[in-house]
Amino acid sequence: MASRRAHSIHRIQTDLPVLKPFYVPPPAYASASHWLANLPPYTGILLFLPLLIWPFASHAAGEFTMFNAFEALFNWIPFLFTSGFLFNVLISLFSMLFGTLAGAVLGLGQISKISPVRRTSWFLTQLFRNSPWLVILFIVLLALPFEFVIFGVIIAVPDWMKAVFGLSLPIMANISEIVRGAVLSVPTAQWEAAESLAFSRQQILWRIILPQCFKRMIPPWMNWYAILTMATPLCSLLGVEEIITLSRQAMEAENNHPELLVPFYSFALGMFFLYCYPIARLTIRLERKYAVKL
Amino acid sequence: MVSWTEKDPIVSIKDVHKSFGALEVLKGVSLDVMKGEVICIIGPSGSGKSTLIRCINALNDIQGGSIHVRGIDLTDPHLNKLELRKKVGMVFQQYNLFPHKTAIENVMMAPLLVLKEDENEVRARARDLMKKVRLEEKENAYPGELSGGQQQRVAIARSLAMSPDIMLFDEVTAALDPETVKEVLVTIKDLAQDGMTCILVTHEMGFAREIADHIYFTDNGVIVEHGPPETFFTKAKDPRTKDFLSQIL
Ligand SMILES: Nc1ncnc2c1ncn2[C@@H]1O[C@H](COP(=O)(O)OP(=O)(O)OP(=O)(O)O)[C@@H](O)[C@H]1O
Ligand SMILES: [Mg+2]
Repeated sequence: MASRRAHSIHRIQTDLPVLKPFYVPPPAYASASHWLANLPPYTGILLFLPLLIWPFASHAAGEFTMFNAFEALFNWIPFLFTSGFLFNVLISLFSMLFGTLAGAVLGLGQISKISPVRRTSWFLTQLFRNSPWLVILFIVLLALPFEFVIFGVIIAVPDWMKAVFGLSLPIMANISEIVRGAVLSVPTAQWEAAESLAFSRQQILWRIILPQCFKRMIPPWMNWYAILTMATPLCSLLGVEEIITLSRQAMEAENNHPELLVPFYSFALGMFFLYCYPIARLTIRLERKYAVKL
Repeated sequence: MVSWTEKDPIVSIKDVHKSFGALEVLKGVSLDVMKGEVICIIGPSGSGKSTLIRCINALNDIQGGSIHVRGIDLTDPHLNKLELRKKVGMVFQQYNLFPHKTAIENVMMAPLLVLKEDENEVRARARDLMKKVRLEEKENAYPGELSGGQQQRVAIARSLAMSPDIMLFDEVTAALDPETVKEVLVTIKDLAQDGMTCILVTHEMGFAREIADHIYFTDNGVIVEHGPPETFFTKAKDPRTKDFLSQIL
């Protein structure tokens, strides 16, 4: 086949097998959502598989069997879910909200005509985009006071609020990049056409450029939400009472039997998967949909 | 107010120099346009035609010489670009319609947001303009649903909605199929006959000959030759003009 084609275009004359030009698909846009969404849906069930196998594997190990471990987990599940996982979701929602608002401002700052604004926005974006989240969290936790005194009234700042603040910083920086990238993705011809119609810069940005790239920002934005949600267990290192912290406490209350580890952490893993997987799938779907238009 | 009367040129370009970095693109260009006149700028690719007409609505700034539009000095550091652009419409080769708005919204947007005119009045005028460019049945189509020629006519209507005094056309038919070129040219011709001052960059020699009051030939950043179409096309003197015309005609 290959050699016949080579002959037909009179380029190569050989009886040896000819390496056909091959097509290397471009690497899929490396995002957490792609990775997650490409997992088959039954991954969720697989994640719970250890839960099912483990009991039999270690049945003979001691008096505290895996069966007991599961009993313990099932007793704790309502608590772990309502006080733990829902709290992770809450932290992620708040962080996303503040991160998005601040990120939008910062992103627009990055394309400002005023040089100090642009430079500062750029610097803050790079700073928080390229720092480990855990380090940011620790700094925020240690730097923020645990209470404010305003007019003699003491306002306590609970740790989870600090965690929200800490997590919203990297989100802010990444949203800032999304906004900047989206605005720059609109051809300059659109700016010029609008300028020639006597629109002001503000009007061009808000009425013409942003409406065009808004949709394009949604998939990467959702991608960061999934990443953020998966990062909320970091808060357990700060002592915030989310699912991982509570799981540890629950295991402690059950006398720290090593058999507890797999069921409890698998449960946490499963919760995150069940929450983030649909988001990842939706992200990919929207990405495809919006990639066709425009 | 700026003192300008209809006896003065509506666009007056004097010895304009324009550089992009070290590259000098306009090397002393002068031309005057009277109100109601139609002028065509022709010349080889890269000779600075686009750059020149983009200077007229201050999309490009200039490094030397002067440009006056209706008496407004474009080299004034306090130039109000928005006021200038309300008077100068521009149509681009790539149409550049706003893809998220329908045809009629594209036409209505600037009068509504820039001139802050009444919505009903603007809509009525936009409808008239859509009729004028023969697209009244495409009012609610999005740019992506229109052919190139239709998009370009919407783009013309969009500029006209601002009721400009001068229209700039930068190779507006260059991206179109030969069949659709005509519909756009007819639109421009209607405009010219209505007395609109038009400055066109074009490669359509037949059209230029038919419609222009004056033709300018640019090469390498200077105006090599100019004149009314009859003399320009038949009695060109400069070898560069002759060479260019022989290639094109
Ligand atoms: N923004 C810019 N930055 C740098 N150089 C530019 C810019 N715009 C135009 N030029 C250069 O200026 C020269 C003239 O460009 P211009 O677009 O005015 O040519 P033109 O006569 O309109 O050509 P064409 O017929 O191909 O449209 C070219 O050499 C071009 O590369
Ligand atoms: Mg050009």
